[in-house]
Amino acid sequence: MSHGAGGRAMAQLIADIFHPELANEYLAQGNDQAAFEVAGGRMVMTTDGYVVSPLFFPGGDIGSLAVHGTINDLAMAGAWPLYLTASFILEEGFPFADLARIAASMGRASREAGVPVVAGDTKVVERGKADGVFISTAGIGMVPPGIRLSGDQARPGDVVLLSGPIGDHGVAIMSCRENLSFGTEILSDSAALHGLVAAMVARAGAGLRLMRDPTRGGVAATLNEIANQSGVGILLSEAAIPVRPQVAAACELLGLDPLNVANEGRLIAIAAPEAAPALLEAMRAHPLGVDAALIGEVVEDADRFVQMTTGFGGGRIVDWLAGEQLPRIC
Amino acid sequence: MKYVDEYRDAARARSLAAAIRAEAAPGAAYAFMEFCGGHTHAISRYGIEDLLPPAIRMIHGPGCPVCVLPVGRIDAAIALARDPRVTLCTYADLMRVPASRGTSLQRAKAEGADIRMVYSTLDALAIAAAEPEREVVFFAIGFETTTPPTAVAVQRAQREGLTNFSVFCNHVLTPVAMRAILTTGGEDAVRLDGFVGPAHVSTVIGTAPYEEISAEFHKPVVVAGFEPLDVMQSILLLVRQVNEGRAEVENQYIRAVTQAGNQRAQAAMADVFAIRDRFEWRGLGWVPLSALRLRPEYARFDAEERFGMETPSASDNPACECGAILRGVKRPVECRLFGTACTPETPMGSCMVSSEGACAAHWTYGRFRMPARRAS
Repeated sequence: MSHGAGGRAMAQLIADIFHPELANEYLAQGNDQAAFEVAGGRMVMTTDGYVVSPLFFPGGDIGSLAVHGTINDLAMAGAWPLYLTASFILEEGFPFADLARIAASMGRASREAGVPVVAGDTKVVERGKADGVFISTAGIGMVPPGIRLSGDQARPGDVVLLSGPIGDHGVAIMSCRENLSFGTEILSDSAALHGLVAAMVARAGAGLRLMRDPTRGGVAATLNEIANQSGVGILLSEAAIPVRPQVAAACELLGLDPLNVANEGRLIAIAAPEAAPALLEAMRAHPLGVDAALIGEVVEDADRFVQMTTGFGGGRIVDWLAGEQLPRIC
Repeated sequence: MKYVDEYRDAARARSLAAAIRAEAAPGAAYAFMEFCGGHTHAISRYGIEDLLPPAIRMIHGPGCPVCVLPVGRIDAAIALARDPRVTLCTYADLMRVPASRGTSLQRAKAEGADIRMVYSTLDALAIAAAEPEREVVFFAIGFETTTPPTAVAVQRAQREGLTNFSVFCNHVLTPVAMRAILTTGGEDAVRLDGFVGPAHVSTVIGTAPYEEISAEFHKPVVVAGFEPLDVMQSILLLVRQVNEGRAEVENQYIRAVTQAGNQRAQAAMADVFAIRDRFEWRGLGWVPLSALRLRPEYARFDAEERFGMETPSASDNPACECGAILRGVKRPVECRLFGTACTPETPMGSCMVSSEGACAAHWTYGRFRMPARRAS
């Protein structure tokens, strides 16, 4: 408990575990806040909490997930992420080795993305009052001039683009939580998407209406949110939606629909139809968008339904999931 | 995905649909009941209704374990779970089913009852072994598909000398329910031309139990797999039987079902369970000889005996039409709660809770077919 009390032990913890991994000029100042210069323009800001269980999963852990997730929330505005902050709630007795692993993974994700964690905080709570570690983050970024993406911008006739196969993150989490093994290991798709977004914005930014990363609730929830915000319907083609065979098999076994399963490294873009070829080309040229596909279109619909032509040839609704499919997935 | 995609092939679906259209007699109307919620779900999820001609009407049957469990049994389970000694293990589907006085297992859990979601009976056994100071009760529901695993758990508990494990048994019998639907008269009678017969249930009990029903009521039964092409093909086979005046048991699901079924599973069930004199079903009411209880020699594993449980009848929300929907008398859209007060987020009746329930399937996948209710 003494590690959260603000005394020498606390300073030691921060010095030993966080600073070496997350080192940058802002943290090095040792102040209670980070100070930096910004250019004028349109900024975005976001905040997010991470309570994923288990803390370590195939393809990532809570540390890398916190960096990627926060960056992606900024990037979905078309923005370039600049700075992150992170605060840690630790459960008393949480192993230092695990914390060091999380800090290292966070540092690596932050360096790879080129987005520093410039301020942080640590609190310790009694055993049983948290589950290992919870992380909450904030982030800010700059939106390039001329880009104004928002969930209410989808218009009938627009197309729906998806950056890659769906369901990897949710199934990776489930595979370790339910002790399932599928022969081949399914890795979380957790990744920072700002590079992909920048490539899309550079290529056909004017044709972009909005972007979203389909995290909790999956593609189904994200598209329903968009349909509601924009007052439109969306019509998908099941055959066009990429799903890895292992993920499809796992979903089959668990009785899940991949459309409801969480992703942490995919984006959905709604775009004007004439921009679609250039956007798809830009996406496929980026390592995180190789399997990008056009999966449907925006239609007029007063009911704001998301519908799908099934691979079998019939029609159906793609609905929100009632209740939670799996708690604490991110 | 191998062994799955083959049964979801759009080209084969179109050719089966064409055959059904061609063979359905002009002017005739066919009403088939898919007994199982698994079939109901497949029909909705793959949009099979869009492929069938209007002459064919699919009626959703009572084969949804969560749906047919009456409120009184859930009330009893909640009362048991509130006993501080007890850990109640249940399948996730049951958590949200509305019980009396606005409660549910989920609410009881939030209020502090030790209720845990499990994926199998063996998970419950493992909890009992790991926590010997707890009274671990498995809330067993389902038709013959889920009955053998419960039997195996009881046998294993006996073999391993577990003294803190018991089962609240609510297992029910498919053929008896089919018979109950066919013998219901008066305004609750359902006109049926045949059954799409159970898939997983039939892997256990085989096709033989349907033969007597088919012959006695002169209704064709086609046992069908849960994949959409299975359903389409079995509908074609039913149309042919009706057209030819036949009433036979046919097995479309030969890759998994035999005439005699799984005899090891049947033996385990016979070892552990005896037939109850009568059991209450949501929708069908009290049906004689329609459910199972533990045999006296396994009485110490029977939660009803062990805790002296009482399971009084309790009534559903009076506006809820789950009962009539489970009998096939009404369609989900004919319930005035459907899609208004009752949605998957705020279910008023069990049929809106389970993914196998007729209301949940129709709401989740098919509500775009409700032109009368479309917002203007």
